[in-house]
Amino acid sequence: MKKRKKLTLSRKRAIVGLLFISPWLIGFILFYLRSLIMTVKFGVSVATLQDGGVGYTLTYTGLSNFKELFTSHPTFKPVLTASMLDMVVDVPLIIFFSIFVALLLNKKFKGRTFVRAVFFLPVILNSEAIQQAIALSTQLIGGGIASSPDEIISATSTGVNIDYYIGLFRDLAIPDAVFDYIIEAVAQISSIITASGVQIIIFIAALQAVPSSLYEVSKIEGATGYETFWKVTFPMIMPLILTNIVYTVVDNFANSEVVQLSYNTIFTSKDYGLGSLMSLVSMVVVCLFLVIVCGLISKKTFYYN
Amino acid sequence: MELVQKYKTEIEKLKNDKLFENKRKKYVRKSKEALLWLFRIVILVGICYVILGPLIGIISSSFFSDSDFANKLVYVIPQNPTMERYRLAWLRLDYIKTLGNSMAYVLSLMVIQVVICSMVGYGFARFEFPLKKLLFGLVVVMIVIPTHTVILPIYVTFQEFDPLGLISLITGKVPNYLGSAKPMFIMTLFGCGLRSGLYIYIFNQFFRGLPKEIEEAAFVDGAGMWYTYFRIMLVNAIPSVLTVAIFSLVWQYNDTFFGNLFNISPDIVISRKITTLQQTISNVDKIMTPGIARLYLYAGIVLVILPVIIVYVVLQKRFIEGVERSGIVG
Repeated sequence: MKKRKKLTLSRKRAIVGLLFISPWLIGFILFYLRSLIMTVKFGVSVATLQDGGVGYTLTYTGLSNFKELFTSHPTFKPVLTASMLDMVVDVPLIIFFSIFVALLLNKKFKGRTFVRAVFFLPVILNSEAIQQAIALSTQLIGGGIASSPDEIISATSTGVNIDYYIGLFRDLAIPDAVFDYIIEAVAQISSIITASGVQIIIFIAALQAVPSSLYEVSKIEGATGYETFWKVTFPMIMPLILTNIVYTVVDNFANSEVVQLSYNTIFTSKDYGLGSLMSLVSMVVVCLFLVIVCGLISKKTFYYN
Repeated sequence: MELVQKYKTEIEKLKNDKLFENKRKKYVRKSKEALLWLFRIVILVGICYVILGPLIGIISSSFFSDSDFANKLVYVIPQNPTMERYRLAWLRLDYIKTLGNSMAYVLSLMVIQVVICSMVGYGFARFEFPLKKLLFGLVVVMIVIPTHTVILPIYVTFQEFDPLGLISLITGKVPNYLGSAKPMFIMTLFGCGLRSGLYIYIFNQFFRGLPKEIEEAAFVDGAGMWYTYFRIMLVNAIPSVLTVAIFSLVWQYNDTFFGNLFNISPDIVISRKITTLQQTISNVDKIMTPGIARLYLYAGIVLVILPVIIVYVVLQKRFIEGVERSGIVG
């Protein structure tokens, strides 16, 4: 009894706080921390499955998995590069697109609720089976909306020669790299729209949180709409651009090919060591990517409060 | 010549006319607004089409009869609509039973998610304890790390589930939990379920926004900390409870990743059952034309997403406001 009385209130609160978070803490240690360590362990050894498929023995092989992955594995390096390139292309597109749409949706107009509901629909219907069916249906019904760049370029089924129009624009002396980026963006429009539901909602919320007095001031001072956007709106939603980038990168990575490859390596070819290493390497690359991007952007970010 | 002169003076007159000037400005402004409105409408309608188009395609195709499927002239609106696709898909999905199981599974997980995640979020928001910042950083890490990095160890863990040797001590053998829904429940119970990190984050942000006075008043009145949490804080947190509940419901319902990983029976997880529906139908019912078997799949998909769509339509405002308000932002 005496000992209990000695607990100060803050001590007591600390203990209760720890109790509150304890389920998660145990889970985190059990499922995440331990798993990460185990993944590393798998990565540096060769796992032999025991008979019956249950249980395994690990033999430490050092860095030979690394060597195999980076020198002799036929698909890992190209898939990793492709996934990362996709991410570099897609993330800015999704961010720009969602800012743009949020700006459009922020104004009051009839049917706004309906449109917002439609935009959020892909987040609700993100089941894998449904996605596949939808992708197929897109190709069937789409006509103009092709699902891959190759298709839009050779979209002969619609009876419109897209090549001709692309050729027209190619003559405008836009640099080829920029042009290809735009073409890719247009061809991917369907997947970009589907991937930006949450981001749009977040940006709309951010736009509505901008104090209207700021707009009044800039109007009185005679700023044009363009100036108002860059000097008021953009800085105010800047912190959420960061949030959205993180969200988009994580979301994009979870659906990327390299993750699929590591999953298949583990569960189809039963190569535990190599698969674990793949997921580790790709995770490290994505985390690096996130750290670099966040570092670059958070320096420029303006915080109102 | 005279005519030109006349017009010139006329134009000169108009230029000096203030009333006309005002009118002109008004028209310019109005036409600008109209153009902008048109621009917005065109873009929004286009994007809505991109999202809704495939869905409309699926729904309309699910009513196609064989002759509609063969007739290339039929587009979107079937000539001889049939419910046959739904009948068979309903039968092969064992719809009512599977949906019931699925709902029980998803709802119970939802309750666990809400209770556990709100508790953890509250713990982080209101209590001071050593290493708090680091631990909360770990929550963020949990959100950011893709689950794929840790799936293999988790898989192995549940293959021989024996924490600290406790279970084998009691029952005498090491159980294999794969193939049942137990791993999902255990993980959710320990705050590591599907997107639990995100939910913890949402709750944390929400509780931090609540005024401290509520709790202090409760404390002064003699309420214990657990009582305060369950009877006062949780009641105040209803908006975010609803958000998390709805998201957890829908995402868990859609999830096939954990379902596949733990090999949970398709009779419990309807989103797993739908992935094999087309094969089942073409094998069992001998519908060999892939295109027609696909129509059955479409009907099945409509059946599967129907509950989600209903929940969404009813609670649509909650969904979006939930994302806006409950802390993901800011």
